[in-house]
Amino acid sequence: MDLKKLTSRRSVFTIFVLALCALMPVIAPVIGEPYFLEVFMRIMIWAIAAISLNLILGYGGMVSFGHALFLGVGGYTVGIFAYYDIFNGFITWPLALLFSAIIGLIIGAICLRTRGLYFIMITLAFAQMIYYLGVSVEEYGSDDGLIIYGRSEFIFDFAGVSWELDIGNQMVFYYLVFVILLACLYFTHRLINSRFGMVIRGVKSNESRMQAIGFNTYRYKLACFVIAGVMCSLAGVLSANAEKFVSPDMMYWTKSGELIFMVVLGGMGSLFGPVAGALVFLMLSEILSNLWENWNLIFGPFLVLVVLYARYGIDGLLERSGPKAKESAND
Amino acid sequence: MTEVMVTVNGLSKSFGGITATDNVNLEILKGEIHAIIGPNGAGKTTLISQLTGGLKVDKGSIRFQNTDITNLPPYARSRLGLARSFQITSVFHDLSVLNNASLAVQAHIGHSYRFWKPAEKDPEITVPAMEALARVGLEARAHTLTRSLSHGERRQLEIAMALATKPKILFLDEPMAGMGVDESARMVEILRTLRGENTILLIEHDMDAVFALADRITVLVYGRVIASGSPEEIRADAEVRRAYLGDES
Repeated sequence: MDLKKLTSRRSVFTIFVLALCALMPVIAPVIGEPYFLEVFMRIMIWAIAAISLNLILGYGGMVSFGHALFLGVGGYTVGIFAYYDIFNGFITWPLALLFSAIIGLIIGAICLRTRGLYFIMITLAFAQMIYYLGVSVEEYGSDDGLIIYGRSEFIFDFAGVSWELDIGNQMVFYYLVFVILLACLYFTHRLINSRFGMVIRGVKSNESRMQAIGFNTYRYKLACFVIAGVMCSLAGVLSANAEKFVSPDMMYWTKSGELIFMVVLGGMGSLFGPVAGALVFLMLSEILSNLWENWNLIFGPFLVLVVLYARYGIDGLLERSGPKAKESAND
Repeated sequence: MTEVMVTVNGLSKSFGGITATDNVNLEILKGEIHAIIGPNGAGKTTLISQLTGGLKVDKGSIRFQNTDITNLPPYARSRLGLARSFQITSVFHDLSVLNNASLAVQAHIGHSYRFWKPAEKDPEITVPAMEALARVGLEARAHTLTRSLSHGERRQLEIAMALATKPKILFLDEPMAGMGVDESARMVEILRTLRGENTILLIEHDMDAVFALADRITVLVYGRVIASGSPEEIRADAEVRRAYLGDES
């Protein structure tokens, strides 16, 4: 591998964060903060959701303000099946992804007819619609949410050999989340550099030009929207298993807003940015909320400063060491 | 040279009360460089936008070879082999020069629902993209970020992108706009090398360039065609001289 690439600030940071995630089960007990394990699990799950949002927002230029609805679709699929005593992850997980693909296809097909501010508003409207659906269905706990009595089960029964991936075990589940995070990063890396990814980036850069050279941009955007939705619902599935609880709150518009902030904070359109964004966002809110009950008074202005002064987020700060920082983005 | 590529019949378009295109009839022949000239606001860009699909037609029809393309969306026209460059430079600033040309190639070779293989390492894309860049003399700049190209180079890139789609006809909207003397001369040279192989509809203000390049010229004033013919005929046409060229030319 290219040594220069490996020792760049960005790579060192990436490796550091991933190593931190990988070693947290060891580190947390040593530093006497065992609850850090849960914190990092949550960070990784949100990171997956943020990676998926970055796909449409950072690479595709589609500012969805309703992305958290896919968290809800993933979470509630697991939750509702569990409600009927179906815990088989081989059934519920693929179905969660399938449902989110269908919902993404329908919502995307409508929303992508609009652009810019209208797109923001209509995605928000759809997310709120699904949110109120969750609030209104009493069978599944309405706004009190739904408690899940046990994590999904993965029992391999093959040629007489039976083996279980016991994600009820916190450590096993933690590393499952970690592996899925790595898989999502790798998948996104391949995707954004493929022909499809180049089209998506071209659309962000100049959509009318893409049409002029012969792309039906609508369909490519829709495909991207669906892929992002499915990936986000996977985060929802993981979240439902992590918390053993789902509620309409997980798809409320503030959650979509937080996802956008993680992406912006980490650096839009950078592969690892959303992970960094989720890490900093959740760690800061964790630390600040322990220090002071009115922690939002500090957190809010901090976010404003980031948007004003660090336009490319954490990724931009890491790159500044390079020969040439990204200059004037909009022309 | 006699095959007709594009036939425009009674084309009209108005914005509110302003008639931008007024009953325009036009034929573009295979292999020719057909220039459209006219004073500012004559409706040249409006015409090209209707031909390439960016603007809807009010009245009239456009045929490309044997297909009625009057109501086809831009991407579908592009698939048929119509390519355009824009008056205001329209490239992908955040991508490399090679990426720009590659996207044009991708558009031409079929669908891009390929999610795994890196596009930058795919010779099916990069080879024709580099060829197109070479034709406009940009191959050395392939890995530069498009943002850092000079204005003239961006215009060259536009032409390369249009060429990369292997078009049957090329619509160039003021390719020399905003260029210095040297850059213009270079562009004239590039366009000259395309003559014969490509059919080109050229909108241009630079009269030296137009008369140096065009096989035929159509003059548009207030959306109407007032003359059409060879450069010599246009130069000699009294109405054109009065309306546009100025008597001293």
